[in-house]
Parts: sequence; C-alpha cells; structure tokens
Amino acid sequence: MSVEATEPAAGGAAAPNGAPLIEVDHLKVFFPIKQGILIEREVARVHAVNDVTLSIAEGETLGLVGESGCGKTTMSRAIMRLIDATEGTLRFRGEDVTSAGRKQMEPLRREMQMVFQDPFASLNPRKRVGQIIGMPLRLHGSDRKGVEPQVRELLGKVGLHPEHINRFPHEFSGGQRQRIGVARALALEPRLIVLDEPVSALDVSVQAQIINLLDDLQDDFKLTYLFVAHDLSVVRHVSDRIAVMYLGKLMEVSSAEELYTKPIHPYTSALLAAIPIPDPEENRRRERLVVSGEPPNPINPPSGCVFHPRCPRATDVCREIEPPLARYPNGHLAACHHPMSVTQAEVAATTKDPSSPLTAGEELPEPPQTGGEGVQP
Amino acid sequence: MNDAQPLLTVDDLRVSFATEEGTVQAVDGVSFELAPGEVLAVVGESGSGKSVTAMTLMGLTRSPNARFEGQAHYKGTELIGASEAELRRVRGAEIAMIFQDPMTSLNPVVRIGDQIVEQIQEHEGVPDQQARERVVELLERVGIPRARERVDNYPFEFSGGMRQRVMIALALSCNPSVLIADEPTTALDVTIQAQILQGMRDLREETGAAIILVTHDLGVVADIADRIAVMYAGRIVEQGTLDEIFYDPQHPYTWGLLGSITRVDKPRPERLPAIAGLPPSLADRPEGCHFRPRCPHEFAQCTNVPPLEARVEGQPGHLDRCWLSAEEKRTKREVRPGEIGLAAKERTPA
Repeated sequence: MSVEATEPAAGGAAAPNGAPLIEVDHLKVFFPIKQGILIEREVARVHAVNDVTLSIAEGETLGLVGESGCGKTTMSRAIMRLIDATEGTLRFRGEDVTSAGRKQMEPLRREMQMVFQDPFASLNPRKRVGQIIGMPLRLHGSDRKGVEPQVRELLGKVGLHPEHINRFPHEFSGGQRQRIGVARALALEPRLIVLDEPVSALDVSVQAQIINLLDDLQDDFKLTYLFVAHDLSVVRHVSDRIAVMYLGKLMEVSSAEELYTKPIHPYTSALLAAIPIPDPEENRRRERLVVSGEPPNPINPPSGCVFHPRCPRATDVCREIEPPLARYPNGHLAACHHPMSVTQAEVAATTKDPSSPLTAGEELPEPPQTGGEGVQP
Repeated sequence: MNDAQPLLTVDDLRVSFATEEGTVQAVDGVSFELAPGEVLAVVGESGSGKSVTAMTLMGLTRSPNARFEGQAHYKGTELIGASEAELRRVRGAEIAMIFQDPMTSLNPVVRIGDQIVEQIQEHEGVPDQQARERVVELLERVGIPRARERVDNYPFEFSGGMRQRVMIALALSCNPSVLIADEPTTALDVTIQAQILQGMRDLREETGAAIILVTHDLGVVADIADRIAVMYAGRIVEQGTLDEIFYDPQHPYTWGLLGSITRVDKPRPERLPAIAGLPPSLADRPEGCHFRPRCPHEFAQCTNVPPLEARVEGQPGHLDRCWLSAEEKRTKREVRPGEIGLAAKERTPA
C-alpha cells in the first residue's frame, strides 16, 4: 500500500487512499475512579484516550505506537467496541457505531477481529486447535461438519500442518501459537484485524516470520490492520502510516517512511533515539537523546502539551497552551510548538488540522531559530 | 578486555533435567571466562540455555531432577558443587543477579528499604540505622527521586522502570564483583530501557563490577557489551569481541540473528529476513551441529559436532562452531553487498 497523502481527508491525518473503514472522531475514553462505601462517588478520572481523531483506510495498515499507559490499547479496544467511548464518535464504513447495541454490532463483529499479544494466554488450553479456530465459524452459523475443512485450509494458510488440527495449544511453540491466533482471526474473513502487539512475546527470528506472514495475508485477503506496538522498530515493517500516542493524545501522525527520516515531534525523536542500533560503531558515534523521567499520571495530565515535563525543548508556551496538530507537507501531522527536522518555510506554511483536540490552542509552531535543520535523531 | 586473572571461569558446564518427555539437555558444554570489569553478553533465543547457564552459576537451578557436570570457579570457590551455606555467602555479596521481571522478583508485602537492608545485614554486621542510610544512598545512585521518602514504599507503589532500579540497587547493595543481569530491560518501555542501560554503564565505571548480560536483543548488546557469546540449543556457537561478532560473524546462526533485526536507521527492506523453522526441542536435538536443520549451508560434515575453536586468522579469541572454511563463510554470509544475513532455505511448513 502506498500512501500518496496530498489531499486533506476529513478528520484524518495524511489522507489515506481509498474510503475510510474506521473513522474515529474526537474520541475520549475516561475511566472513573470511585470511592465511598454505600454511595460511590466519582473522585477522579483516568484520561486513557483524550480526544483522538483518526481514520484508517480500507486495505491500509495503521501503526499505533506509544509506551505503556499511553492509551493505545484502550484506543484499540474502543475501536473494536469492547470499551464504550466517553465522548466522540466512531464510524465503521460510514455507519455510526458509537453506541450500537449487541444486535447492531453482531453482523459487524464478523468484519473486525483481533490478535492478542500473549499467545500463551489467548488460546484456551483445554480446547483443541480445531475447536479454537472453528469457534468463530460455529458462532456465526456454520455447522460442525462444514467447519473442519475450513479449519484445515486456514491452518495451511498460516503455515501450520493441517494434520495438527487435533492438537492442544501446549504442543506448539510461541510462534506457532501466534499463527493459531492469526488463523482464528482470519476464520470469518474479516475486513479489519486489530493486532495488539502480536510479536512482542516472540523471539526475534520468529518475529520476522510472523510479520512476513501478516504481510502476505494482507495481500491475499485485502485486510486492513491496526497494528498496536510499544516501540517503533517492528511497526515500521508493516505500517503504511504511523500514529504516535502519548498520555492519551496523538503526538504525531505520518507516513511510515517519513516518520523515521523526519520525526517532527521531540517525543517521536526520543522514541527513535531510545532504540539501540545493532551496530557498535554507529552506536558509539550516535549522540543519544535520553529523555529523563517517566510518563506522568493520566489521572492528572499536565497542562499544555502533555509531553512538556519530559521534553528537552519545552518552554513557557508548552506549559500553558496545548499545541494543535499542525499539518506539514505530505499530510504529516505533529502537535508540537517547537518542531524538529523541518525548515522555516515548512513551519510557516503549516495549518491547524481539523483533527486537533478541541482543547488545543490556535498557536501554530514557531519557526526554528537557525535555518531549520532541527535536531536530527 | 584486560590480561588480569579472570574473575569467573566456567568450564564445560552441562545441565540436564529429567522430565516426562525424557532428558532435556539445557546446557551442553558451555565454557567462558569473565575478566574483572568486562561486560559479557550471552545472546540467544528462548530455550538456548542462556538463562539456565546464568541461574546455575547462582545455584538457582538445583532440584532433584537436575544434573550438573563441569566447573565454575569464582575467586577460588567452586560454584557448581558448593554447599548451600557457601552459596549463601557468595550470592548477593560476590555475585548478584537482576531478573527480567521486576514485577515478580520483589517481595510484594515487604517495604523495599527493608528488603535491601535484609540483604546487607545477611552479609555484613551493619547496624540498622547505618544499613538504612546505605539503602538511601543506593536508591539515589540508581536514580530514584526522593529516595529518603520512597525507601518505605512497597513494590506496588513503583512503576516498572522504578522497580527495576530497586532491583539494581538491591543487587549492588553489597558491592558485588559480578552482576548477572537476565534480560534486565525486556519488560520495560524503550525510553526507560535507555535510562537503565545508561545507569548500568555508569555503575560499571564507578564500581568496576563485571557484568554478564543475558539477552536476546542485539541492539542492547551493541550498546553495552565488550564480548559476546551466542548460544543456540544449549551450546555456545560463537564467541568473540563485540566488533568481531558484529563485523566478522562466523556462524550462520549469528548471521541469521544479525540479519533479522529491524533497523530504524536504514531504509526498510521489502521483506524482513527470517530464519526459517524453529529451534529444536532440547529433549530431541539433531545430531551434529544443532543448527543444521535450519541452515541453508549445511553439508556432509555437519552431522559431526564442530568443536568451539578459533578459526579466523588473527582473532585468537574469536571462537565458533561451524565447519565451513573462513573464505566460504565470508562469501556465504553476504546476502546483499555489504549486508550480512542468512540465505533462504528450502522451506518446510513450521
């Protein structure tokens, strides 16, 4: 999938080609914290997802990246309608499903499936592989006889022996189990698969196998992926676009290639710099920007830009005014008052993107002081 | 590396476990030396025996169905056959360990200060107040803010990164000469991982402790190690300095590992290079070279076990277990000009 990204798409970053499959509009998910014995009162709220606007085009892979607690998993669960949104709307192929009931969701459930992080915990240890993969088919109306050939075919597609249909999950290695999870997700021929850190629990050489498998399946079945990951290394190989989240907000959205060569947000740059490069000489040469501190508590997010307490470039404006998502060339969006790796002209030409949070200020980024070389990661 | 006497010498260590599926040979003839102040990275995937090797040195794999052979000398103490009392003296004070999961390796119902004080007092007759002062200093040194207040907190009151710092403070509390870190950053976020690695580098500078870093992440290795031992299915398949392993790797498994890492500083390849197949079961390992079934370069001689020896001219400390000649290796490991990797093998379903 190539992303041309020139036209500003409605409420979406980097204008994906094709019709949007998923549209998330100013989505908020807050978890109440309650106290009290008889009468529970809400004393605080965890701002897990705090005003995020995104869209995923049909056939596209969107990488959603952020550290623990940034809201990426909540976001993916909300898109699957496993968690209710506190505010905002969610559309699936144009249909508003924000508060759709069980009935309305049922036909849509076929079209959205999930692959989980832990292949040890996400397969029922007491069921045989055939039952695990066949279950979604049975639930959606196939009879027992019809299921088996389909399951065998699915096993073949994900690179397992169809004869293993009667084995239990414990007889497989981690990578093979993840293949079973993928086969289960594929069973109903979905349009969208949410992959929640599908390779984090696997060894490096096996990670590559699963990534390549996902890549092939996407081509074969015209799938749309939402790929959730905690760092920027693996997600690059599968994504067309990448969205970086921090403390419930979008920091940057860009085409996958550009994010690595031209990170605009200091947080993205810090995430990139934190990945050790497997090349000793390169490592010795590289100036590392190690951000100090840890993500703050999402119960009480900082004022202004949520990243400012850890940001090496933060100034007064960052403490006071929440930066809007500014639109740079190629549909690259970044929410930062002091952008990196951009030229003065590019900064001057930015506009406030409609996907900016409603609470964001109007202040567009300040041009960099010197020429605009920014700071390379 | 320096020429000083090695701190720790492991000689032909073998560990096997009797299980229902038969004997699992987890470690099969592992030998290495650790010099004072050096960082040795033991690299391998799950089931390669890297953690079992590390834990055996601390006597943590002892059980009725485990069998040990070989030696591990630490400053004149033989660790493998040592009595539990001897081990208690060494553990924590001389050789300390940091575990992968900071969530489960601290006692959840004891204040962190008390956990560290306990270790100090186990080894040294320090009065309470003095031990407590030392704990505060330690916590400050590993970068825990407001250490004096936080010393009385329970583990659940810390984040993952902070808990790992507490683990490091605990490990350092008796100034050990050897620190064994088993995947110390795997459970952490990347920005926190960078902080912890920076901290470990600083600590080595300050205390001169030697570190055995057990990991599967070659990025982390490139960042911090002096020497590397690559393990596969219970054996060391290649061993050498950081630069030897990264720039002149001799074993096809090492090529595969190096080739399959994702790099954020290079253009992305069309397809991620993967090593086909799976590591063998440790209860039923292939004859000869264990990597043979996954290796595209296998030939007749591979059914004999290649010894771990120096095979590269001018690199006496660079050992490997591969029968191919040095020239063959040089041409076969280049999958693209200037790029090391493992060529594809005729694929059989996993």
